[in-house]
Amino acid sequence: MLKKEEIKHIANLARISLKEEEISQFQRDISQILDYFAKLQEIDTQKIESIGHISGIENVFRPDSIRECDAAVCERILENAPEIKDKCFKVKSVL
Amino acid sequence: MIRELHEKLKNQKITAVKLTQDYFEKIKKTDPKIQAFLTLTEDLALKEAKLVDKKIKRGEEIDLLAGIPGAIKDNICVANVRTTAASKILDNYIAPDDATVIDRLKKSQAIILGKTNLDEFAMGSSTENSAYGPTRNPLDNERVVGGSSGGSAAAVAAGEAVWSLGSDTGGSIRQPASFCGVVGLKPTYGRVSRSGLIAMASSLDQIGPLANSVEDCAIVLSRIAGEDLLDATAAQSANKRYEDYLNGDIAGKKIGVPTEYLDGLDPEIRKIFDKSLEKFESLGAKIKLVSLPHTQYALATYYMIMPSEVSSNLARFDGVKFGLRINDKKDDVEENSENVNRSLLETYMDTRHYGFGREVKKRIMLGTFALSSGYYDAYYLKAQKIRTLIKKDFQEVLEKVDYIYTPTTPEIAFKLGEKTQDPLQMYLSDIYTITANLAGVPAISFPIGSIKAGEKNMPLGGQLMGKWFDEEGILNAAHSYEIN
Repeated sequence: MLKKEEIKHIANLARISLKEEEISQFQRDISQILDYFAKLQEIDTQKIESIGHISGIENVFRPDSIRECDAAVCERILENAPEIKDKCFKVKSVL
Repeated sequence: MIRELHEKLKNQKITAVKLTQDYFEKIKKTDPKIQAFLTLTEDLALKEAKLVDKKIKRGEEIDLLAGIPGAIKDNICVANVRTTAASKILDNYIAPDDATVIDRLKKSQAIILGKTNLDEFAMGSSTENSAYGPTRNPLDNERVVGGSSGGSAAAVAAGEAVWSLGSDTGGSIRQPASFCGVVGLKPTYGRVSRSGLIAMASSLDQIGPLANSVEDCAIVLSRIAGEDLLDATAAQSANKRYEDYLNGDIAGKKIGVPTEYLDGLDPEIRKIFDKSLEKFESLGAKIKLVSLPHTQYALATYYMIMPSEVSSNLARFDGVKFGLRINDKKDDVEENSENVNRSLLETYMDTRHYGFGREVKKRIMLGTFALSSGYYDAYYLKAQKIRTLIKKDFQEVLEKVDYIYTPTTPEIAFKLGEKTQDPLQMYLSDIYTITANLAGVPAISFPIGSIKAGEKNMPLGGQLMGKWFDEEGILNAAHSYEIN
């Protein structure tokens, strides 16, 4: 079973704040699923390559050219932001 | 059904406006009970219907799907329409542009009735995880519709839409299709562009159609498939009209039944499945037992790869660019009445705390753990290697047979609340569908029978999986089953 400290650490990496009762809930739920994964350790995969792309396509190239965005679409993108200033997303001060 | 309605429209037996209005009336009558829809787009639908009627009046050609009303899963963007993914974090999100599939449907002048309910961010197998409440099975309101494309399946099953779009990451089109008695197709990974689909697990996600017949699914697929500059994984296509491949002839085709899928199968389901095999045989197909030896590892592999990709994809919900932001403004949300001055980091963390539901948070954290330093090799990399083995199983079998055939689900629609407390039990309802996503092959679910449950008869689906990009093959085999 994962320790409470470990759950807090994962939540911090995932940028999710948790209440005390959630920590024990996730401790139980996530440990249950991790136990289930133990099944995968049965298989020796040393010589197996990990899958790249499932239908086998490789890099898809296209010219790195700028395409104009429709002005109305731009406006609608900005309208969805919680806070904007001068056509920019406004973020809280970092420092 | 689409062809029939198309003829009626063309011969002016009915107008597109009237047809659209009829469907909205039906929705208003039946949807309060089942809650398939989250948003209705009446203005948009009637505007398009009028344009179709004008075209018909002028004697112009219209597309087969023109004027035919359908519904869209609410994780697919329709420009200027609220798109929530059934999450509180996107409660106020208005899609700025159309997804590629929507752009193509609009070019066909298909009618969009509205947006359908789903498990939050498509994470779930019953549509009980929606922040807006569950959708109920139209055949028995005490039972779930399946998920995550539960609203899309219910809308078609209840006659509230002719066709619908869903998305399928581990069975999210096929499992609800099976639970609701409709047809659902997950195309090959790469057949349909995902641009404008709110991403869940990018190496598994695929958009596909649900409808009352195989032919209707084929008609919708033809309109949405094909390469796209906006999704590099969308493969080049020959612009096939899949409906033209449905000759109903499967004589001599080889159908493989994987023995691993029959172990421990419920006897009643086994009976229906065996009967369907006899029917395929009577149509001239050759049934052959085959083996997909790594089947037993598929669920664990899936529940490692999927959350890992989820944790990465859902990092974008940070309260900066769109959606909910928990900040220090008092009037924001009720949970935020403390009027504290949050830092940037606290804003991220509290936004995600209040915005995401429990299942979503669990999967993000599971994925974050699997990808974190020190665990990556043992979990994520290991799962990706086993995925190679699962794909190899499919490659080997599909060299010997044309299609692989299984039940879609190990059960009929369960009751609401029955599995919400036991995550592993819920995950097990995807056991037959996830392998197609892991291997990337196309798969279709179609009704093969029903089981008496209390007063009601609940449907069960059969699943045909085919070779990569052979949608026409499985569509024709399912069509042959359906019409005979």
